[in-house]
Amino acid sequence: MFDTEFFNLGYLDRLSYQDTLIHRIDPRIKLFSAASFIVAVISFPKYSISGLFPFFLFPILFIALGDIPVRLILKKVLVVSPFALFVGIFNPLFDSRPALEVPGFTVSCGWVSFASIMLKFTLAISTALLLIATTSFPGICFALQKLRIPKAFVAQLLFLYRYIIVLMEETMKIIRARDMRSFGKRGNEMKHFVPLISVLFIRTVDRAERVYHAMLARGFNGKIYSARSYALTMADMLFIFTSIGLILLFRVVNLSKLIGRWTTG
Amino acid sequence: MSHHLVEFKDIHFRYPDGTLALNGISFRISRGESVGIVGANGAGKSTLLMHINGYLLPASGSIVIGDLQLDKQTRQEIRKKVGFVFQNPDDQLFMPTVYDDVAFGPLNLGISPDRVADRVDEALGTVGCLKLKSKPPHHLSAGQKSSVAIATVIAMHPDILVMDEPASNLDPKSRRQLINLLKVFEHTKIVASHDLDLILDVCKRCIVIKEGRVAADGPTEAILSDNILLEENNLELPLTLQR
Repeated sequence: MFDTEFFNLGYLDRLSYQDTLIHRIDPRIKLFSAASFIVAVISFPKYSISGLFPFFLFPILFIALGDIPVRLILKKVLVVSPFALFVGIFNPLFDSRPALEVPGFTVSCGWVSFASIMLKFTLAISTALLLIATTSFPGICFALQKLRIPKAFVAQLLFLYRYIIVLMEETMKIIRARDMRSFGKRGNEMKHFVPLISVLFIRTVDRAERVYHAMLARGFNGKIYSARSYALTMADMLFIFTSIGLILLFRVVNLSKLIGRWTTG
Repeated sequence: MSHHLVEFKDIHFRYPDGTLALNGISFRISRGESVGIVGANGAGKSTLLMHINGYLLPASGSIVIGDLQLDKQTRQEIRKKVGFVFQNPDDQLFMPTVYDDVAFGPLNLGISPDRVADRVDEALGTVGCLKLKSKPPHHLSAGQKSSVAIATVIAMHPDILVMDEPASNLDPKSRRQLINLLKVFEHTKIVASHDLDLILDVCKRCIVIKEGRVAADGPTEAILSDNILLEENNLELPLTLQR
C-alpha cells in the first residue's frame, strides 16, 4: 500500500517537467496570477454561487493546455475535501432562513453558503494543484525568492522538495524490511511502529549531518545563491494581462447572471 | 614551504562517545600523487578523510594542507582547495536541479553568475552529463548521480580530490567509466575504498589503516599483493592479482 502511494507522489512532479504552452510561462507570472485568482475567489461574499462559475474557465484552460489528466486533479481535490466539508457542514443547521422557495421544497441560506464554500474550495485547491503540476518546484521557489519571500524560508522549501523523496524511500525500505519479517498481523502492531519512527528520525538526523557536511565542503556560509536568470517574454506579459483582466472582470461583473438574463430575455 | 600538499603529523582523534578513531596517524602526500586508503571496517578511513577538509579537527597533532596549517580559522580556505566526494550521492546532491547543484560551490567561491555557467558546463562535460543539466537529482540513476556528484566538486577547481567509496553503488560499466574518468584527472587524489581493484587501477600509492594507525604505506602493487598484510586487515588480494 505504501509502495503505490510512494510512486504516486512523484506523478505531479513528473507532470511539472512537461513542455507545453502553460509549462513555458514564467513561474513568477503563474504564481502571481494563481495567487490573485485565489484571493479573488475567496473574496466573494458568503452567499454567492453564480458569480463563481466563470472562474472555472481557468482550471479548465490549464488542464486542456497543460496536458494534465483531469482525473488526477479531481482525485486530489476529493482527498482534501473533508477539510472544507467540515468547515461548511454546520451552516445548514445554524442558518435555516429560507433562501429559495420552490413549491414543496425550501433551500435554506445555510445550504447556499455551504455550496459557496465548496465551490470556492474546489476552485482554490484545483488552481493550486494545477500551479504545481505545470510549474517545476524549483521554479516556484525561484519565483517566491523574486517576490521577496525570506531566503531561509525558500531554502527550507528547496530542501523539502529535494529530500522528501529520499525520506520516503528510506521509509519504504524500513516498512519493507518489517513486512518481510512479520507474518500476517504480528509485527504490525502499534508498539512496533514507535521504534520504527524513531529509527527513521535518527537516520534523518544522520543524513542532515552528512548533507550539512557536504554543504560546508563546498563553501556554504549561510547563503544559498541562485545562478538562474529568467527574462520575461511577450507571451508571459500577454498571459499576466489577460489573466488579471479576466479575474477582475469575473470578480466585478456577475457573468452567469448576465448570460442568464440575455438568454431568458 | 614544502612541496607536500597534504601532511598529517601524529593525529589523534576521539569521538564524543569515547571511540578512539585515529591513534597517531602520520603521512605526507605530494602534489599530483594518487593515494588509496584501505583498511577494515571501522579502521578510521572515513574519520581520516573528514580531517582533510577540516570537518573534524584533530584532538592532537598537526595537519598541513598546501601552505595552510589546519585550524578553525583556516578551514574555510582549505575547503576551497579540497574537493570532497561523498559515498552517497544523495548526501552530496542537495540542490533541486543538477545545474543548481554544480553551481553551488562556484557561487560560494564568489564567482560571477555568467562565469559560473561556463564552469558548470565544463564540469558536466568532463563527466559526460551535460544533458542532465536541468533535471532534478531524484530523476537520475545511481551512476548518473555519482558522475554529477563528481562534477559538483570539480566545478570548484580543487587541488585535491578526496573520495569516500566512489564506486560503492555503481554497476560494473559505470564503475569502469568512473575509473577511466579518475585516471584522466591530474588532481592530487585520495581515495578510500574497499574496492581494491579500483585502488589498483587508479592509485599509485596505497596506505593501509589499522586501528587508527598507518599499518603500511607504499606502492599499491607491492601492498596489494602482500597476502599476509592484507589478511591482517580484513582485506584480500584484488581479483586481477589472484591469478
